[in-house]
This record gives sequence, structure tokens and C-alpha cells, in this order.
Amino acid sequence: MIWLPAAAALFGALLPGRSARAGAVAGALATLGLSIAVLVQFDNGPDFVTNDHWIRELGIRYHLAVDGVNIALILLTTILFAATAVWSSLQPWERERSFYLWLGIAESGVLGALTAQDLALFVGFFDLMLIPFYFLAGQWGVGPNRVAGVTKLIIYTLVGSLLMLAAAVATAVLVSNSTGQPLNFDMGYLAQNTLPTGSQDWIFLFFAAAFLVKMPLFPLHGWMPDGYRAMPMPVLAVFSGVLSKVAAYGFLRICLPLFPDASHHFQELMLLIALASILYGSVMAFTTTDARLILGYSSVAQLGFITLGIFSLTEQGSQGAILQAFNHGIVVAPGFFIVALMAARSGGSEDIRDMGGIAFRAPVLATLFLIIAFATLAMPGSSNFAGEFMILLGVFRAKLVIAIVAFTGVALASVYMLRAFIRMTHNRVGPQVEPREISVADGLVLVPLVAVILFLAVYPQFVLKRTQTDVVQATHPAVVASR
Amino acid sequence: MTVLATVKGPHMDWSALSPLLALFGGATLTLLMGLLRPRFVRHALVPGAAVASLGAAMGLAIWQWDRHADLVSAALRIDGLALVLMLIIFTAGIAAVLLSWRAAAPVEAAHGEYFSLMLTSIAGMVLLVEAQNTITLFVAFELLSIPLYVLCATEMRRATSLESGLKYLIVGSVGSATLVYGLAMLYGATGSTDFSGIAKAAGAGGIGTDVLFLTGIALTLTGLAFKASVAPFHQWTPDVYEGAPTPVTAFMAVATKAAAFGVLLRLFDVALIDSQADWGPIMAALAATTIIVGNVGALAQTSLKRLLAWSGVAQAGYLLAGVVVSTQLGVKATVFYLAVYLAMNLAAFAVIVARERETGLGDHIDSVAGLGAARPLLAWPMTLAMLSLAGIPGTAGFIGKIYLIEASVDGGYTWLGVFIVVGSMISLAYYLRVIAAVWMRPEPETALVPSAVGPGGRPALAGGSATDPLEPAIATSEGIRAAEPEVVFVAVLFGIATLAGGIVPSPLFNLVKHAGRALTGLF
Repeated sequence: MIWLPAAAALFGALLPGRSARAGAVAGALATLGLSIAVLVQFDNGPDFVTNDHWIRELGIRYHLAVDGVNIALILLTTILFAATAVWSSLQPWERERSFYLWLGIAESGVLGALTAQDLALFVGFFDLMLIPFYFLAGQWGVGPNRVAGVTKLIIYTLVGSLLMLAAAVATAVLVSNSTGQPLNFDMGYLAQNTLPTGSQDWIFLFFAAAFLVKMPLFPLHGWMPDGYRAMPMPVLAVFSGVLSKVAAYGFLRICLPLFPDASHHFQELMLLIALASILYGSVMAFTTTDARLILGYSSVAQLGFITLGIFSLTEQGSQGAILQAFNHGIVVAPGFFIVALMAARSGGSEDIRDMGGIAFRAPVLATLFLIIAFATLAMPGSSNFAGEFMILLGVFRAKLVIAIVAFTGVALASVYMLRAFIRMTHNRVGPQVEPREISVADGLVLVPLVAVILFLAVYPQFVLKRTQTDVVQATHPAVVASR
Repeated sequence: MTVLATVKGPHMDWSALSPLLALFGGATLTLLMGLLRPRFVRHALVPGAAVASLGAAMGLAIWQWDRHADLVSAALRIDGLALVLMLIIFTAGIAAVLLSWRAAAPVEAAHGEYFSLMLTSIAGMVLLVEAQNTITLFVAFELLSIPLYVLCATEMRRATSLESGLKYLIVGSVGSATLVYGLAMLYGATGSTDFSGIAKAAGAGGIGTDVLFLTGIALTLTGLAFKASVAPFHQWTPDVYEGAPTPVTAFMAVATKAAAFGVLLRLFDVALIDSQADWGPIMAALAATTIIVGNVGALAQTSLKRLLAWSGVAQAGYLLAGVVVSTQLGVKATVFYLAVYLAMNLAAFAVIVARERETGLGDHIDSVAGLGAARPLLAWPMTLAMLSLAGIPGTAGFIGKIYLIEASVDGGYTWLGVFIVVGSMISLAYYLRVIAAVWMRPEPETALVPSAVGPGGRPALAGGSATDPLEPAIATSEGIRAAEPEVVFVAVLFGIATLAGGIVPSPLFNLVKHAGRALTGLF
């Protein structure tokens, strides 16, 4: 399943004419269909397992599986990539074959990282999924400094990944030395044979660095503004919607089960980082005027919430984190799409000061945006509300003070989202603004995404039910360690 | 009756020596054929004969695949390590011949001599990886080096090429002198020139505090470090790599490194294994220094050949980590990385050769700008090579690096593994710069427009040669032409190999297992 998008894109790229586009879109949609089929059949516990030797000499197995921890994010990934593929096909690209090829490889990389059950394989896919974005942003990006921006992004994140690589190898070697067994990178095996506390600490920090950079959270977000400005809009939507979630997922998949003592040891540090991100992201989001960066900084804040949930080291917290990861992805991607549509109506400017006043002329567009804005600020009744509520509940039990400060983050979210909404759709009509209703083709991308938001708002159990058992299980070692 | 003194020669195992014989035969043949008058013979048959003799040597090496024997009174040994390294060296040789086929260098230096020198140097490398005593080691070392000094200077009309040859000669001679001095001291301390004798003496104990012995080790290491371009003995590398004709640079970068590391493995992980406690920390420090110096040096380079030279220094540091740990795993990781290094460097150098001929910008990084749109067949190998050198998953470099890191951690040198990782981080900056140039910059305007001054700003003397009626080939070699199919073929082949090694590495692992079996004294 994970290779389907890349294969389809490659197939399309080899065909003449415009079939690259068709191939990529078909591949992404077929993957979406498959993931829905997987979801329907899914019944707790590892499912759809592929487990084979890849590199016998190094104890690396090609071990993929779907389970409760990753299933929601797999669905998110396939939805967003399908939306992006359709969205991209609405506009022309130079050398579109390469574009769709990279897009397909990116989807395969992300799905591989999500399903990998082998530590080395995870690290491999984690790096691999980044490379396509380097090319996508570098070649088809926007802005004069795109190459510099994306290079900064890639160096930041690859440095993190390399630390993670060293940590992964060290984990396997140290476990193999202490058990006397041959090398084995299998996560299940490593979770059963955890390391002594001292080694756990530094290895945890290496992994945490990689994930924090990728998310990005507060002190390590330096690449975010430049990188976000450089990316073409459809690519940015999946980048922000999906890749940051893989990092959050990494905490849940690797750090908590494999390094439970270290997770407990650094719990307060991680919570403080998360808290700082929430506050910093929110403040930046209501001071900047670039619509992209508003969403970018709001992502920093939202991922702060997700991390908060994971490192509350409670079951509710982790559950909420997974739900919130799904929610944020499904909200931020159409958010970027809306920004792109707005920018097209305001003479290409993405500055919210140049927008405004289209709500009466384009009510459908404004309504869709309003739903997204409400979801982002976690209105009661939205699924984000459920997610944030669970996270805060978890933190409340773990660390009272941090939970109280985090509540202000919820309030701040409404400030920046409403500000963005008002400036973009209400007020005076901007000088260059040409109010125009959303086209049917654009609606085809946007409406299903908004429909998913609404569906989850009324039925968040859809995600929670399927993820519960395995998420609880993944969190369990760390919960025990923190008691 | 007179009594004839009978000198009994050593037993000759001709079949095990056959790869060497094929090379020497080829060297003689190409030299003689180069004397023939017809242009066709010199321009087509001579390189053809070189490829044929390398192919034959390779076939013979594969024929001898399972041999494990001492040859010529135990001066040489044919075993898995030697055979695997031979394959690496022969592959590099064939690629170098293909890249040189229609290059300027053999035209200027005469075809026969050029290819003959190359084959001789390869024979020296084979001898070096088979060497079992210090005398053979030194002879092989010189046999490998001296033809290379000449090859570096074969683009005789270009001052930098001559400079490169001269510089290499001087620095190389210093290295050789240091090496021979060190080997003499080892002999003095252990009373033996054989590796096995040295190992016995070193294992006997009590020698660890012998100043003569330790100085011998230090000087030998220094001499070999020159050849393997290990910091701080690397200073010649960028200048020589830049000045030498690009096919020769490619050959030097890959084959010389394989041979040098082959002998490092044999000498340090076999003969001197029992004094590992003495040389281990020093070599580890060298490896760490090399990684940092190489990667930092590469950062600011605008010449691709210099960039690859510095990156080669850094990679030598990674490779050295495998020698330091002196375990089975370390040996295998080193040989694995050598094979990977072969593929990724040859792909990159082939692209540089192609662009030198196509753009007239020499090896400046601008010469690959816009390649992604204009020449995907060249852009992809370059991209894969750079990604692999940086150690990105999906390429062979990633697995090679994991293997080396694992060997370091396993051998108790975790900090060296961290150095490899830190080095890789620094290296991203310059490898990505090349990729950015390939895909994200427009093609330079000067591309495909013939310029009065040829690649690298050749002296005016070159202009006169264009009218030389005897060598019309020079006229084209000075100008701009499309890259020949064989160059593109080399680039694509090794690009694919880089990718394949990252996705299906099992064949490579089997290969290095064969090499690892040869060194039995290790864990």
C-alpha cells in the first residue's frame, strides 16, 4: 500500500503528455480508498503486517503494520495527499512530471514512516519523506529566497534526523550487548528490553531533538518562517498538515514505549517546551500579518498542545494528542487552501492587510473559512474541542500549574483566528480585492475536507474508538514509570 | 664435473597470479599498440585493449573467488579481502578508461603510455592489497604511486595539470619516505618483514613499550595516511584532484583509496592487531580530525573537484573508523563503504567529466546548474551521488554509514560514531548546494557556447594546438561538444548502483562477508 502513490506517480511520469497528473491523482485517490478500506476492516491490534528481512546482517527488518497508534494518521495522510494532488492538478506546473513524482514519493515516505515497526526503517523513512519536499519547495517554490529558505529547513531537520540515526543505532547495539542477542531493530523487541536509565536519557534527548525540530516547537522552530514562505501552497498544506504529525507520532511510538524512564525524567522539560510553544506561537500568530505565517505559528501552538498531551503521560492525554493531531491536520490543510484562494482574490498578496470584505460577495467561501476558523480555535462542539479538552484533562491530572497556563492558549487561539478571519473576509474591501465566489473545482477540494471536520465534530469517537487500545498500550510503560 | 649451484625458485601458483598477469600483459600490449600509426588503433583499440585486460583480470579474479592461499613464498596472499578489493579496483579502472577514452589527456600524452600507466598503477594496487610482507608492500606502494604522478600531469598543455603532477610527486615521495622509514623500524623492532612474523613479535608482549616499535607504527601510519588522504596529511588532495585530468581524479579518488585502506586493514588489523591498544586511540583521533577537517574544508568550495576532494578526505575519516575498531564488523563495514564510495564517486565524477566537455566552465559548480531541466540523465546520477554521500536513506551511502556507526559503537568507540554523525551534518551544507545548483538554478548562459578559453582557463598555447594537423582530436577536445554516450553510461550505471545498493543491499553484504572471512584473527 505505501508504495502505491510513488508507483503511480512514476508510472505517470513515464507516460507521455499530461498523464503524470492523472497518474498521481489516481494513485493518491486509490491510496485514500485503500486506507478507508483498511479503516473499515481494522479491529484493534496490529493488522496488515508485512514482516520480512531487509538487511539481515544489521538486524533490520522490513516490518510494517497498521495499528491503533498510526491508523488515524494514515487516514489523515491519505486524505490530505489526495486533496493536494487534486488541488495541484487544478493549476499548471512547470515540468509537472517531476512535480507529481516527488509528490508521490513524499506520500510513500510518510506512510512508510507511519507504518514502520522497525526503528531503523522508521529513521530511514523519516529522512526519506523530507527529501521530496526539498525538491518540491526548491523547484516550484515561491519567493526570492526559496532555495535558501528550504535549505535552512532541510539542514535543520536532517541534523535532527542524523542525531536520531545515531541514537537508533546506539539503542539497538546497546540492547544487543546487554541481552547477548544479535542486533535487532524491531520496536516491539526493543520495548521489551529497555535500556538502563543513563543510556535512555541521552538517547531520548537525541530523538526528542529530531522530533522537536520537525514539529517544530519553540526553541527549534527557526526554519519555520523561511521554510513556510518558500513552499508552494499545495505542498505547504500537506507539509504542515502531515509531516509535523509524524514527529508527534514519533514521540508516542518510540519515546514513550522505548524510553519510559527518560520520558518521565524529562517530562517537565517537555511540558515547558510545549507550553512555551503554545504561548510563543499564539503571540506570533496575532502579530504577524502574513496569512501563511499566521497558520504556521498557529501550528506551532497546536503542536505544543499535542506535545503537552503526550507528555502528560496519562492515557487521556495521549488519546487527546492523537485526536488533536488528526484534527489539526485536517484543519490546517484547508486553511492553507483558503489562504491561497484569498490571495488569488487580492492580487496575489498573502498579507491580511490587503484582503478583506469578501464575505458578502462570496458567502460560501466565507462560511467554509468560518468553519475552519472555529475548528482551529476549538469552539465547543468542534472536534478540536474534544481533543484539547482531553489533553488538558490529562495535563490537569499530571501538572496542575501547567494546565492552568495552557488554558490561556485556548483563549489566545480565538484571538488570532478571529483576527485573521475578520481581516480576511470582513472590513473594507481591500484596494486590489476582487470578490469572487469559490469555483466548483476548488469546492471539490475544500468541501470534502470541511465535511470531514464537521463529521468529526459530531462524532469524535470515530477516531477515539479505534485508537484507544493501542494508544493506551503505547503510553503504558511511561505511565507506569511516572507513578 | 662442475657442481652447478641450483637456486630453487619459489613455487609459482600461476592461476592465483593470473589477474596480475592479465594486467601486466595489458599494460605491455597497450604500450606497444600505442606506437602504431593508424588513428583508429590509437583512439579505439588501445582503450579497448585496456578495458579488455581489466575485464579479463576481473574474470580471473572471479574464477579464483574461493581461493585462500599464500603465493610466491608467502610474499602475497590471495583471499577474500584481496579479491573483493580487486573487484572494486577493476571496476574503478574500467570506469576510468571509459571516461578517459575520448578525453584530452591521452591525446596529449599519447594513448599507449596513458593507458599503460593506468594499468600498471592498477597492478600496483592489486599487489598492495595482496601484500603479506613489508617489502612487497613498499614495492607495490611505489608501483601504484609512480604511474599516478605521471598520469596527473598528462594534460600537458594545462599548467595546473603539471602543477598537480609535481605536487603529488613531491608530497607522495615524502609519504613514501616516511613509510619506508617506518617499515624499516618495524623490521628493526620485530626482526621480521613478514606480517605474520610482525604479528608474532607484537603478540609476544613486552614490545608495547619499545620506542622503536612505536615510532615504526607511527611512521608507517603516517606514510599510509598520506596516500589515503587522512588529515593532517591531506593537504595535497584538493590541489592534486583539481589539477589532474578529471578521469584520473576519479580513478585516484576511488581506486587509490580502496588500495590504501586494503593495506591499512592488512597491516593494522592483522599484523599489528595485538598492539591495538597503542595505535587505536591515535588512529581514532586521526579519524575524528579527518572527518571534521574534510567536511569543513569542503564547505566553501566552488570547484566540484575540490569539493569532492575534501569530501573524499571526510569519507576517509569515516572509513578509518572501521579500521580503528579492528573487529570483523569493522572490516566488513570498511569494505562495504569502499564499495559504496566507488559507486557514488564515479557517478559524480562522470557527470563532472560530461559537463566539462559540454559547458566549457570546467568543474565549477556553475557547470551543473540547471542540469535538472536540461539533462535529466546527468542530473539524476549527480543527485543520487550527492544524497548518498550525505547519507540519505534510500541510497547506499545511508546503509554504509549505519554500518560504520554500528561498527564504531560495537567496538567501544561510540564517540567516533557521533563524530561520523556530526560530520554528516556539516556535509549536508555542501552536498545540498550541489543539488540546489542542479535542480534549482537556471542553466548558465555561457553553456553550450564555445569560448575562446577552454576549460579552466588554459594557457594560450592551447590555441595553437588546434591547428596542429597531426592531432585533429585536440581541436575538438578544446572546444565544446556533447558528452559521449560512454560517459553518460558510466554516470547512469553508477547512479543506479548507488540507488540499488540502498534498496537491496544484500548482494553487497554477501560480498563483504567474503572479505571479512579472510581476516580470521578478529572478533
